[in-house]
Amino acid sequence: MISQLRPAFLMLLIFTVIAGVIYPLVVTGIAQVAFPYQANGSLIAIDGKTYGSELIGQQFAAPKYFWGRLSAAGYNAAASSGSNYGPMNPALIEAVQARIDALRAADPGNPLPVPVDLVTASASGLDPHISIAAALYQIHRVASARRLDEVVVESLVEKYTEGRQFGILGEPRVNVLLLNLALDGLQ
Amino acid sequence: MTLYSWLQLIIYLAVLILLAKPLGAYMARVYMGERISLDRALGPVERLVYRLSGIDPRAEMDWKVYAVAMLAFNALGLVVVYALQRLQGVLPLNPQGLGAISPDSSWNTAVSFTSNTNWQGYGGEATMSYLTQMLGMTVQNFVSAATGMAVLAAFIRGLARHTTKMLGNFWADLTRTTLYILLPLSVVLAIALVSQGVVQTFGEYRTVSLIQPSAASESQVIAVGPAASQIAIKQLGTNGGGFFNVNSSHPLENPTPFSNFLEMLSILLIPAALCYTFGKMVGDTRQGWALLAAMTLVFVTLLSAAVWSERSGNPAFTAMGIDQKQTDINPGGNMEGKEIRFGIANSALWATATTAASNGSVNSMHDSYMPLGGLIPMWMMQLGEIIYGGVGSGLYGMLAFVIIAVFVSGLMVGRTPEYLGKKIEAYEMKMASIMILVPVIVVLVGTAIALMSEAGRAAIYNPSAHGFSEVLYAFSSAGNNNGSAFAGLGANTPFYNTALGVAMLFARYWLAVPALAIAGSLVQKKKVPESAGTLPTHTPLFTAWLIGVIIIVGALSFLPALALGPIVEQLMIFG
Repeated sequence: MISQLRPAFLMLLIFTVIAGVIYPLVVTGIAQVAFPYQANGSLIAIDGKTYGSELIGQQFAAPKYFWGRLSAAGYNAAASSGSNYGPMNPALIEAVQARIDALRAADPGNPLPVPVDLVTASASGLDPHISIAAALYQIHRVASARRLDEVVVESLVEKYTEGRQFGILGEPRVNVLLLNLALDGLQ
Repeated sequence: MTLYSWLQLIIYLAVLILLAKPLGAYMARVYMGERISLDRALGPVERLVYRLSGIDPRAEMDWKVYAVAMLAFNALGLVVVYALQRLQGVLPLNPQGLGAISPDSSWNTAVSFTSNTNWQGYGGEATMSYLTQMLGMTVQNFVSAATGMAVLAAFIRGLARHTTKMLGNFWADLTRTTLYILLPLSVVLAIALVSQGVVQTFGEYRTVSLIQPSAASESQVIAVGPAASQIAIKQLGTNGGGFFNVNSSHPLENPTPFSNFLEMLSILLIPAALCYTFGKMVGDTRQGWALLAAMTLVFVTLLSAAVWSERSGNPAFTAMGIDQKQTDINPGGNMEGKEIRFGIANSALWATATTAASNGSVNSMHDSYMPLGGLIPMWMMQLGEIIYGGVGSGLYGMLAFVIIAVFVSGLMVGRTPEYLGKKIEAYEMKMASIMILVPVIVVLVGTAIALMSEAGRAAIYNPSAHGFSEVLYAFSSAGNNNGSAFAGLGANTPFYNTALGVAMLFARYWLAVPALAIAGSLVQKKKVPESAGTLPTHTPLFTAWLIGVIIIVGALSFLPALALGPIVEQLMIFG
């Protein structure tokens, strides 16, 4: 045992330098040169003001904005969290019902079925996306709140729809943050 | 299920199997000390490592010395990770000014990362300084993975060599694994991930203004950090400990479907390829393919069940008039705790892969899965982390099952069982039994103790049978070095930190040491020539037989416990 302690100590020291210092520094160096925008959080800066990260969702509750997923983290991007509600947890049913009620109250008479992603919490609490169905569901509300033609809003939704990556991977989705920014930019 | 869901699952498996041979052959050359293409660039580094640490890489070790070296190295690593957490408040590279971490949490995390479990009782972005993440987490991500692969290399040599005592040099195996396999793959993967949007910076957390400011807040603080470098090795080394609290469901840890594909592929890449390495090193690649086939068959079966369960959705939602039908504009299914960009197929695939391997990273919240969907990852872990399994540890765990399988079949025909020309005798059987029984005991006894104690029950988050599942999942995870969780369980308490820490220690070293003991015994034996009575171990028949043994052991051990958790919950919802 004793005879192996010396190499154990030296090996740990050497690999701490290689894997713990050199490796992250090399990756950071390459990343900051090759992909500075991505490496620093994909931040959206307009006229010197930073409006968020295109990858991180924000809380939207006003009728004139598209709403994102429910968030157990309250969209706190320094403390990500899922709800961790089990499928039978009464708290889950309550949260879902509250969201349905809010959607109905903001847009009574909407005949569309409520898509599941619009009433459930995301895994990260920071999901920047909703499904296309969830965006379509909200067009009527957003257009009325902004006194815009629904066609205008619909074309914006289309513009901020991301397809499957390479035509295959993932799910088609709408970036809520970019869409809302664009809506504000219209007016 | 939509066509696209099927396509994505098929592409994933196809790429995984296609890469097994080239990567497996490369790793075989690394462990057999043959010339490889990276020699020119990394050879000088390798020799420098040996010179600085005063090691002769050609001085071979018997199994006891090999085990002692492995244990000494891991024990020191544990001490360092513990110390880093306790002292991070006064150490540099801590832009958020995070304070020292409690003794019980530090103990848990130190065991967790040295044992390649990477269970996380803490939330990364709110707890760990950059220094702790780099010198503690990232370093152990590499060397705990390399430890598992080194032990496997020694195990394979035990089968491949004969009439000697020597299994190789632990320090050389550790060094070559890290330098020639883990580091190059990690650099490539990390850069690819950054290109997709994973952050990699030493700057402090970013503050941005909200588009819709509220009374409570006008800005959002976005946690960033040197994430990509850690995420790459966490995926490749079956580690699984995330940079952020929600692991790979965090958009800055896993921003796009392509980053998701790469991270998911990395979970099973090395464990699958090691099957080919094994075949190559024992001189019969069919032996490796037979094991890979057994793993893949079990994987595909359980994967289908998980996807089906999540896609079917939650009946309670249907009753509320919610649209859960999968279409091209609606991911559908049980979307609670899942991200839109991944949808059902990629979430269920990740959950199955991460628990098949002992990775434990997540891209969705397993606690919110439907009961059957949550049973699959739980049972995957309980099978002993051998369906691909941890890097190295998965295959030596699988080989313990192979020993059991040849032994039982030998008994049936009344012959002394043998595997690859080595007689399997009482000593090997005893050690293999320890390897299979220790995790079972740790999981079941641990769960029982937790449920009988006030401190254990207090941490439960979801009511009813699901709460039982949370505790069973936690001990299944720690007791098999996985690291994923039903994360509702408030496990960052002195009770769970201590108990799960002990479970992880047992699960890692009570398997690694018996594995080396088997290797030490086998390596001394003569190779008996094949005869008409030899059971061939590369045939579909043997693959099926091996699967049967695995499933029977797994089912007999855990069905009663599972019946109290996910099974009864499934019946409550659908019965």
